[in-house]
Amino acid sequence: MTASLTHLQRLEAESIHILREVVAETEKPVMLYSIGKDSAVMLHLARKAFYPSPPPFPLLHVDTTWKFRAMYELRDRAARDAGMELLVYQNPEAKERGINPFDHGSLHTDMWKTEGLKQALDLYGFDAAFGGARRDEEKSRAKERIFSFRSANHRWDPKNQRPELWRLYNARKAKGESIRVFPISNWTELDIWQYIHLENIEIVPLYFAAPRPTVQRDGLLLMVDDERFPLKPGETPVERSIRFRTLGCYPLTGAVESEAKTLPEVIQEMLLTTTSERQGRAIDHDQAASMEKKKQEGYF
Amino acid sequence: MTHPSSYEADALIAEDIDAYLERHQHKSLLRFITCGSVDDGKSTLIGRLLYDSKMIFEDQLAALEADSKRVGTQGQNIDFALLVDGLAAEREQGITIDVAYRFFATDRRKFIVADTPGHEQYTRNMVTGASTADLAVILIDARKGVLTQTRRHSYLCQLIGIRNIVLAVNKMDLVDYSQETFDAIVADYSAFAQSIGISRFTPIPISGFVGDNITTKSEHTPWYSGATLMELLETVEIDADADRAKPFRLPVQWVNRPNLDFRGFSGLIAGGTVKPGDAIRVLPSGKTSTVARVVTFDGDLEEGVAGQAVTLTLADEIDCSRGDVIAASANPPEAADQFEATIVWMADEAMLPGRSYWLKLGTQTVTANIQQPKYQINVNTMEHTAAKTLELNAIGVANLSTDRPLVFEAYEANRDLGGFILIDKFTNATVAAGMIHFSLRRAQNVHWQATDITREARAALMRQKPAVLWFTGLSGAGKSTIANLVEKKLTRMNRHTFLLDGDNIRHGLNKDLGFTDADRVENIRRVGEVAKLMTDAGLIVITAFISPFRAEREMVRQMLPDGDFIEVFIDTPLAEAERRDVKGLYAKARAGQLKNFTGIDSPYEAPDDAELRIDTTQLTPEQAAERIVDYLLDR
Repeated sequence: MTASLTHLQRLEAESIHILREVVAETEKPVMLYSIGKDSAVMLHLARKAFYPSPPPFPLLHVDTTWKFRAMYELRDRAARDAGMELLVYQNPEAKERGINPFDHGSLHTDMWKTEGLKQALDLYGFDAAFGGARRDEEKSRAKERIFSFRSANHRWDPKNQRPELWRLYNARKAKGESIRVFPISNWTELDIWQYIHLENIEIVPLYFAAPRPTVQRDGLLLMVDDERFPLKPGETPVERSIRFRTLGCYPLTGAVESEAKTLPEVIQEMLLTTTSERQGRAIDHDQAASMEKKKQEGYF
Repeated sequence: MTHPSSYEADALIAEDIDAYLERHQHKSLLRFITCGSVDDGKSTLIGRLLYDSKMIFEDQLAALEADSKRVGTQGQNIDFALLVDGLAAEREQGITIDVAYRFFATDRRKFIVADTPGHEQYTRNMVTGASTADLAVILIDARKGVLTQTRRHSYLCQLIGIRNIVLAVNKMDLVDYSQETFDAIVADYSAFAQSIGISRFTPIPISGFVGDNITTKSEHTPWYSGATLMELLETVEIDADADRAKPFRLPVQWVNRPNLDFRGFSGLIAGGTVKPGDAIRVLPSGKTSTVARVVTFDGDLEEGVAGQAVTLTLADEIDCSRGDVIAASANPPEAADQFEATIVWMADEAMLPGRSYWLKLGTQTVTANIQQPKYQINVNTMEHTAAKTLELNAIGVANLSTDRPLVFEAYEANRDLGGFILIDKFTNATVAAGMIHFSLRRAQNVHWQATDITREARAALMRQKPAVLWFTGLSGAGKSTIANLVEKKLTRMNRHTFLLDGDNIRHGLNKDLGFTDADRVENIRRVGEVAKLMTDAGLIVITAFISPFRAEREMVRQMLPDGDFIEVFIDTPLAEAERRDVKGLYAKARAGQLKNFTGIDSPYEAPDDAELRIDTTQLTPEQAAERIVDYLLDR
């Protein structure tokens, strides 16, 4: 007799079910791949869902050109290992105007990520996009559906969400509308780490502590990842043993000082830690209820 | 058995993380729903469960402490309710509150809590949250006892089939931890529970505010010897395990075909277990085979169990695709096209008996029509009342029929094969949830009577191609006038025709129908059926009905063979129709003497892609008729 399914096995089965439903019921799905740990788990689940076939959709990386170098290195390899096509999109207007996180503040996220994503989805005509968001991350996500609808101009209407009962997902939509689907909605940060540990999923080395050049700025510990990092007068990079709990654009992502060099040590630190995960991200602190607002505008 | 303190867990994490991880890999998952309104202390209870299981981080806690002092209701103490009451703020802002999911874990289990508001107008949300729950915590304020809302919540939990019910008698601190009070409430609830079919439940005296009997046994209730709430949540049997004892079912989600040598059927096992060599039957075709392999990314399984997502390969090449159900050969589910079901209406727009909706059950999607409800259930009193339709949050029992057989089981026997959603064909919104009771015997016994003289034979005899010219437009647009001219022209050309006119039909076949939305739908459905029979007889049918709703016109189009339905939009602007007012009806409607008048206080949904659009401000009736006849004969 097979033992009772563990919580991770049940979460895995739920995610696989969702991935398959989308492939069966939409015309042109794509998986948004951000190279972070949540994306890594989502990609792994996709490989499981369609095995022995490769996942029947491409990966899309909406690139801001400001990710950590280590992320770019993992990106291409992960796609190749999964036998999937990798599409990389950079908003040409943001590129031309030289939009960057140092000089342009929230415009950086808006142009590279929000606008870039919309442009990429329109360009390829994708009608469903998988994203690796989790409900435990943040308040407005706790009430978002697994299948989240976007109007033809990519807006989210929190007042008009479809009820999701049992394992039944309604993927019907009008022409021009699209769905964002979150297969790992019900996973927590701990679940993600445990699963990575258990399944031996490759993640960006930045999640593990190592000596790295850093500066302290606006309450965030930032890593000087390349020569584009403009140092302010009096600032000199200091080598500290750091790691990251989430990964985004390097000038916007705060590190934590840590000695955790292995996955169990990272999990150990996470369990004993006392600050929540998204605190390391500058983007959430912009304004009150900022995430909900960004999402209504089309941010993932 | 006591709940391991977080201190103990911390020690293990710090000293031996590998041992801790090993232990946590074997945790199970329990999904539950909390029922109660804010006044019952629901948010405080959830907040406390999160807090006690260390799911609150320091930055959140600092914010919580600050908020507690600023707006909290607990003086200088932490107001746990603020942790989860994003909801209250949203309600003030007028944002639809629905289900919020929260997560916490202990050493034994991971928990997903569906948190929904408890008021009657949120029945939809509660049903949604309950649909995935293994257990329900029903909160009662010890000072108030069993209330109407307690009955409503219990009824909904029972309806959705939650087998584990915990009656948490909260705020015991405010009744001096009185055993008498507790016992009286339990006795009261027990009587009610039995009356609606809840055979067992677990009562616990708690205080979410003080923390009594939540994670640790309370000193205040020495008379209570049962488990704490957390102990119960950690040890109760999970439905997913019970599902294994059921007969094997796998609704096919996707056919996995990477190359010519592999053909697998992917899906989540909805009941029972499966091993290589098991005899299976594919439904609805009834073809049989045996299981060759149970394939997963991590290697083939010796046995797949309910709740696992797998890919099966079969020993024989048989037809099987998405929507089919692979089942134990000796014990397959039924297939039928007529059912009785309980329906929970979830949309602002009321249910329309007779209208076609998409019905999704498992991986099957079909077209379904609902009949007028047999009765509606008052969720507060459980009384059955007569109903013509179901409004938002209403629950009723009705028969429904589908355009092709559905493989199903009673909801009681299998949630995955007995629970369905209804989807509006135009807005694509999920408008209802349903639970199948049983199939109607009619579906099994009434077979379509095949006749020898075919439709084609009759049409050939009349030397014409049958069709329906479906006129639609506002009252007074000129439908009857033009339709009449068209029929005269066709008759002169020796065509066999029949004109169905709105007013005339309402004197006979449809004299029992009024002008509510529901009656308008039924009116058009009947006319559609009559028109279909007449085209089967070889006739060219001309209909002149306002037929204001797109969905019903589309329904009639679907009834007929491709190309036989010709939609003719008699396009007269409202102002012009009202100016003409041939029958004086607009004047009456404007004076309030006629209710539900199309264009005035009832909507008209103009066609987007009618085969013909006749602009009556540009064409005379004679010219219009000519154009329609030309179109018909040119086909």
